[in-house]
Amino acid sequence: MSDLLRDLDFFNLDDLLTAEERMARDSVKQFVRREVLPSVEKHFAGETFPKELIPQMAELGMFGANLKGYGCAGMNNVAYGLIMQELEAGDSGLRSFASVQSALSMYAIYANGTEEQKRRFLPEMAKGKLIGCFGLTEPDHGSDPGGMETRARKDGDGWILNGTKRWITNGSIADLAIVWAKVDEGITGFVVERGTPGFSARDIHGKFSMRASITSELILEDVRIPRTAHLPQARGLKAPLGCLTQARYGIAWGAIGAARSCYQCALDYTKSRKQFTRPLAGYQLVQAKLVEMLTEITKAQMVCLRLAHLKDQGKMRPEHVSFAKRNNVNEALEIARHARDMLGANGIVNEYPVIRHMLNLETVNTYEGTFDVHTLILGRDVTGESAFD
Amino acid sequence: MKILVPIKRVPDPATTIRVLPDGSGIATDNVKWVINPFCEIAIEEALRIKEKQTGEVILLTVGQTTWQEQLRTGLAMGADRAILVKTDAALDQLAIARIIAKVAGDEKPDLVILGKQAIDDDSNQVGQIVAETLAWPQATFASKVEFAGDKCTVIREVDGGLETIAFKLPGLITTDLRLNEPRYASLPGIMKARKKELKEVAADSLGVDLAPKLKIKRLDAPPKRQAGRKVASVEELVQVLHTEAKAI
Repeated sequence: MSDLLRDLDFFNLDDLLTAEERMARDSVKQFVRREVLPSVEKHFAGETFPKELIPQMAELGMFGANLKGYGCAGMNNVAYGLIMQELEAGDSGLRSFASVQSALSMYAIYANGTEEQKRRFLPEMAKGKLIGCFGLTEPDHGSDPGGMETRARKDGDGWILNGTKRWITNGSIADLAIVWAKVDEGITGFVVERGTPGFSARDIHGKFSMRASITSELILEDVRIPRTAHLPQARGLKAPLGCLTQARYGIAWGAIGAARSCYQCALDYTKSRKQFTRPLAGYQLVQAKLVEMLTEITKAQMVCLRLAHLKDQGKMRPEHVSFAKRNNVNEALEIARHARDMLGANGIVNEYPVIRHMLNLETVNTYEGTFDVHTLILGRDVTGESAFD
Repeated sequence: MKILVPIKRVPDPATTIRVLPDGSGIATDNVKWVINPFCEIAIEEALRIKEKQTGEVILLTVGQTTWQEQLRTGLAMGADRAILVKTDAALDQLAIARIIAKVAGDEKPDLVILGKQAIDDDSNQVGQIVAETLAWPQATFASKVEFAGDKCTVIREVDGGLETIAFKLPGLITTDLRLNEPRYASLPGIMKARKKELKEVAADSLGVDLAPKLKIKRLDAPPKRQAGRKVASVEELVQVLHTEAKAI
């Protein structure tokens, strides 16, 4: 089997990338090849996150890579997307970690915090010294975050938080949680630090997907936090949704990485495995699947590159991101399922990465706006009619 | 310490190489180009020496404009500046070595460190010719490098063991695989590399004899491996090794 992380570039899209963008991609690809792949199956099997990689990821500058200042790399969004793609070509859990740290937690502070909060948290988060998590979803409110039950009430100079958050990536390993809660004026955000009395995290076990990633429940029982923990620019649901737009952008790219690894694996496998008289790749049914995979990956690449350019020009709308996330993750999942099938019995063992990607992508299809919710977002955009309730 | 690191651009080791039908070279469409892995080790060692002491790391390569990309990668790893000696001609090892020696003569580094060989042509002679041309001491196949003042101690990997040699700077080192593990070009490093100096010099302006002494006549892909066969017993295996393979 040759290099499963190799690029797939049917339409010479590399010509549209700058040397720096390619360099960023290749650097992260090399990191994934050398540091991630050798141990990822062990972590997936053991339901552990490869924490030992955090310092190296920080050294490489991956956290908050597309943010400016505060110790962040300040790369453009093409480079940021390519980084997410390469991470997810390794494992969706690793990309999730980077997304939550960068696009959700760091961005929440970057976009909604005071100058003092930014200076205090962002450089340490870029260095990987502080890990963040993002508490929006609740046990009873997933696609409907506006219905959240977590409450914050003023208490003297500070705030008191009560509520439960669920399906929180990095929850129990995080040093700080961005917690979204309702106040009299609507939804707003807070930075809750680990160790604050009344605040605890409990891991969710029994996952068949995203096993190399930590998923937790956050419990807030009369958690008293100071005035300085409030993110003052976060006014209304659009604040957390703005963070989700950033994360979904990275997911749209990441899905290409997982799909590409599955495609390369299926291609190598079917070229080398002989059944009846010739390699599997010589049969029409197999070729049809490979061509379908190639086509969808290439289309997803084109969508993402255009999306990146729009984002860099400040012209990207959340609906563009919904389009890309919805399509790319859905297609990646289909590609992974096809690849799983093409590997036959070998497709169910961890000697090949395909089943791991396939299982992971079930999560990716659901989180950060399910396929159906993005359909409704786009439906509302084209018709002007909201079909949410 | 001022360190000159000559590097070469080669096909990515993960790329599948196809020889052109007429044997004149390899197909370069869809080939991804990278810094030769041994050269990457040389860059890493130069950066480590610089970080321990102080000084400057200068990258050098000889090739076309597109080779800038590998220089930029080296700058992103942390090198200070780079020189591209530009030529479209396919130069042989002697001409490359002469160019490196010329640049070393102009730049006057304390140390030249480069890969022991490139993974494309595996010629393993550029470092040696450069040292000879400069009349400098050379330590090839380094697996460990240490400095004390202007004295450099190098442990070399030789057949069946290790050899320790020492020389006085200026000198030249070629790197072996186990010398270090190169760092990744970090994203902030990539951003910083944008502002670093990358000087271009035309190869034919250096006053060096570039006429090739070596001509590649043709390339052939390795022969396809023949399928093996199973033998029934140890006796038969010994028999076959003796009569057919003539190995025993």
